[in-house]
Amino acid sequence: MENIRNFCIIAHIDHGKSTLADRLLQTTGTISDRELQEQTLDDMDLERERGITIKSHAIQMEYTFQGKPYILNLIDTPGHVDFSYEVSRSIASCEGALLIVDATQGIQAQTISNLYLAIENDLEIIPVLNKMDLDSAMPEEVKDQIVDLIGCKREDIIPASGKTGLGVEEILKAVIERVPAPVGDPNAPLQALIFDSVFDSYRGINAYFKVLNGEIKKGEKVKFIATNKEYHADEIGTLKLKQVPKSVIKTGDVGYIISGIKVAKEVKVGDTITTVANPAPAIQGFEDVKPMVFAGIYPIETDDYEELRDSMEKLQLNDASLTFEPESSAALGFGFRCGFLGMLHMEIIQERLEREFGMTVITTVPNVSYHCFLTSDKEKAIVLNNPSDFPDPSRIERIEEPYIKASVITKSDYVGSIMTLCIEKRGELTNQVYLTSNRVELNFNIPLSEIVFDFYDRLKSISRGYASFDYHPIGFRESNLVKMDILLNGDQVDALSALVHKDNAYDLGKKICNKLRELIPRQQFNIAIQAAIGSKIIARESLSALRKDVTAKCYGGDISRKRKLLEKQKEGKKKMKQIGSVEVPPKAFLAVLKLND
Amino acid sequence: MAGLYIHIPFCKQKCSYCDFHFSTSLKNKKALIQALCSEIRLRSSLTKTPIETIYFGGGTPSLLNYDDLKILFDSIHSNFDICKEAEITIECNPDDINEIKLSEYKKLGINRLSIGVQSFYDEDLCFFNRAHSAKEATKAILLSQDAGFENITVDLIYGFSMLTQKKWENNLKKIEKLKIPHLSAYTLTIEPKTTLNYLLKTKKINNMSDELVIQQFQFLIDYTSSIGFEQYEISNFAKQGFISKHNSNYWLGKEYLGIGPSAHSYVENKRFWNLSNNAIYIKSIQQNTPFYEEEWINENMAYNEFVLTRLRTSWGINYNELIIKFNVEIARHFNSKSQILLERNLIIKTNTGFCLSKQGIFIADSVISDLFI
Ligand SMILES: Nc1nc2c(ncn2[C@@H]2O[C@H](COP(=O)(O)OP(=O)(O)OP(=O)(O)O)[C@@H](O)[C@H]2O)c(=O)[nH]1
Ligand code: SF4
Ligand SMILES: [Mg+2]
Repeated sequence: MENIRNFCIIAHIDHGKSTLADRLLQTTGTISDRELQEQTLDDMDLERERGITIKSHAIQMEYTFQGKPYILNLIDTPGHVDFSYEVSRSIASCEGALLIVDATQGIQAQTISNLYLAIENDLEIIPVLNKMDLDSAMPEEVKDQIVDLIGCKREDIIPASGKTGLGVEEILKAVIERVPAPVGDPNAPLQALIFDSVFDSYRGINAYFKVLNGEIKKGEKVKFIATNKEYHADEIGTLKLKQVPKSVIKTGDVGYIISGIKVAKEVKVGDTITTVANPAPAIQGFEDVKPMVFAGIYPIETDDYEELRDSMEKLQLNDASLTFEPESSAALGFGFRCGFLGMLHMEIIQERLEREFGMTVITTVPNVSYHCFLTSDKEKAIVLNNPSDFPDPSRIERIEEPYIKASVITKSDYVGSIMTLCIEKRGELTNQVYLTSNRVELNFNIPLSEIVFDFYDRLKSISRGYASFDYHPIGFRESNLVKMDILLNGDQVDALSALVHKDNAYDLGKKICNKLRELIPRQQFNIAIQAAIGSKIIARESLSALRKDVTAKCYGGDISRKRKLLEKQKEGKKKMKQIGSVEVPPKAFLAVLKLND
Repeated sequence: MAGLYIHIPFCKQKCSYCDFHFSTSLKNKKALIQALCSEIRLRSSLTKTPIETIYFGGGTPSLLNYDDLKILFDSIHSNFDICKEAEITIECNPDDINEIKLSEYKKLGINRLSIGVQSFYDEDLCFFNRAHSAKEATKAILLSQDAGFENITVDLIYGFSMLTQKKWENNLKKIEKLKIPHLSAYTLTIEPKTTLNYLLKTKKINNMSDELVIQQFQFLIDYTSSIGFEQYEISNFAKQGFISKHNSNYWLGKEYLGIGPSAHSYVENKRFWNLSNNAIYIKSIQQNTPFYEEEWINENMAYNEFVLTRLRTSWGINYNELIIKFNVEIARHFNSKSQILLERNLIIKTNTGFCLSKQGIFIADSVISDLFI
């Protein structure tokens, strides 16, 4: 056990975690040059396409230091706020963390939030100054920032580069010398904490765990405590780039287990594995996720509901931050109300459902969770995660909406325009600190609903990318909210309803109607698009009927080509959702998100 | 076999809207004619009944001289049984037409001319990169009539930004004045691989607005009707007795055989299409390697084609025929879909079934695809 080191790599987004991980894997000979790509651990197509890490990725390295062999379990984590749950679970399985700071960017908002997470979990922090190869690196200035932030010694900061490999040996040395070996009792009964899992249609569910006490042997009868189900440990092993079967995984080490489980619900991230022969109690799992945004996910074909449920359960295995429960909509039939950590998370879930499970879905207008108090019981908050649950306004005493504390770190040049943005978004400035002469940290209290939508994109564009942003919830505040409905040819489309601040309603209603007019294709009849609060119409657009859709020629040679063309047109219509007689394309349900495009 | 189509894949120059397959070099002409004759021989066994119509299309069939055509006609006659009163059409470009040519056509038994006029304005012809002038077009028509060709059809294009409403009216008046008994009028469609598409992409030209195109279409329908034409297909207009038999056969689902590069055939529920490249087509025929692809038309596809072709014609969908040809499920599908379209006034009931309404014509594609299975 004293030769095991468990550590994760944490940082603000894009500061070079995954690239530095490549160098560590290369130097320790964990992966061959043939297997090496840029950001090897970002093995999901979506990660590669977007150039960001979405999932934490654990991998085991072997390394001999001063003649002694060590096992180093590394976990690369994502940097984007929406995936912070991945970071927090990784941190819980480690004794140390490499805190990477981009030497050209300095400390950013998630550098701070991830650092605090690590400190709360008593992790040994090894600060690394990355991207030293770049001319724009400002090592001295950023070192000052790091020393200020974590109170370490200046010489403890390791200058490094994921591009050139600078500092890699020194990082490995620091991991071995500074990160404590895991603690745990090898002789105690088995307690292994499941920190991740993935569905595999051939081999069943793979669960990833860290052994906290005791050890787990191949073939042993084990029990998953939360579900109280027993299995044979058919295969256990360690996680290299591929899985490496082993006969035993010992205390402090990280591994996987395959025990023929096919039902997604039987595996829970945060659960404890023990042995049937000598059982131990469950250990404390992970803190529950608190979804920030809610939206409905519906199958396009109503018949695909069960398949969607199955897909969501399987996806949840690999994304513990996804929550969902069944709901139904008059417009869309049966589906699920899902909780996400942010808009990017929502987008990724939708993409993964489509790519990994072939489920094309409709996502409804996202909203945050509101508290509603009725005149009949002024004390009891009713939680509203779906605008459709909005009670009749005459029964409502007050509504509260969630607020967050936002922290923005930026160059002083942009302070003015960022403040304007925050005020426009109903925020109030609570604090402004100059970190250095030209770097400022701004703190705001602001309604969560305002930052969910286009805040992040706008922040990035007004600061030309020189602003980082982090937030955490600070509770609920009373607010003047109304439910805005959308009607197509007089039929209310519940999936398009939204709770909005009264002052924004008219403007928003107009924009949504306008956007819908762009997104809904012309049809064989005129369509009235209206926004309403209660029975009052607040905005209206009309989409006139299709005027011309006729091909000129259709002779002998054209017939089959033309038939195929119109068959395609027919398929296109099938992909649309029928609301009354109006055919609505799935993307229209997210119209509200694209109002400023 | 109802119809025989012969594709002549040569043109003098490329029209700016054209994406057909052809060659502007005649060096392969001899070899191609030989290949056409070989294909005629190969395919002759497919026909069981006499041929009712022959159509020389292209490309520009009027580029062929008498000897070329004679060889083809001889081959056709020795391999097929041709009806006595067969309709025999050749597509001609105005610049190719002269007295000698016309008398040769007569001698060969050709009895219908399809003249590619497109517009009676030089600026439009120039825009389309046509090889003839407006004057030549008029002259070609007069010459044809003088030579005794009564059954003449003219192609016109409308719905492009250069064509003002006034010009369009004048083009149609010219048809009336020249006493032409059949007209094919198409809205300009800009296909991907054409000069016009390039000009559109580089913003050198604009599309005409849908509203104006519809206006010209409506004018076309009203005007032709006022001078005694029947709109028997979306883009085809004929005086009594001058409906094209050959094209009608396509729309009535009759069998036809297409000879030549890129030509399509429809025989015994199968559609065939030949390789479209001249050189490869010739080589494949010579070396007896596959020169066509085929697709089996299953019942659903056949139904879709039935709806597609019939609804485009004035005869419309014959309901009895639909019931006899297709299974109950398809009929049920048709009933439920057609109900909605009837309510929207996009199709109307006729004595025998259904046809497009006046409004339905403008969005025929949308109506047809709604009925598809
Ligand atoms: N010049 C230079 N570029 C680097 C270095 N490390 C990373 N990069 C580049 O920085 C970008 C982000 O690198 P990643 O390794 O994906 O960053 P990350 O921290 O893993 O990003 P997330 O996981 O999405 O938070 C990529 O374009 C890398 O090529 C470095 O040391 N030097
Ligand atoms: S003559 Fe006909 S086939 Fe030849 S280029 Fe012009 S339009 Fe195309
Ligand atoms: Mg990464």
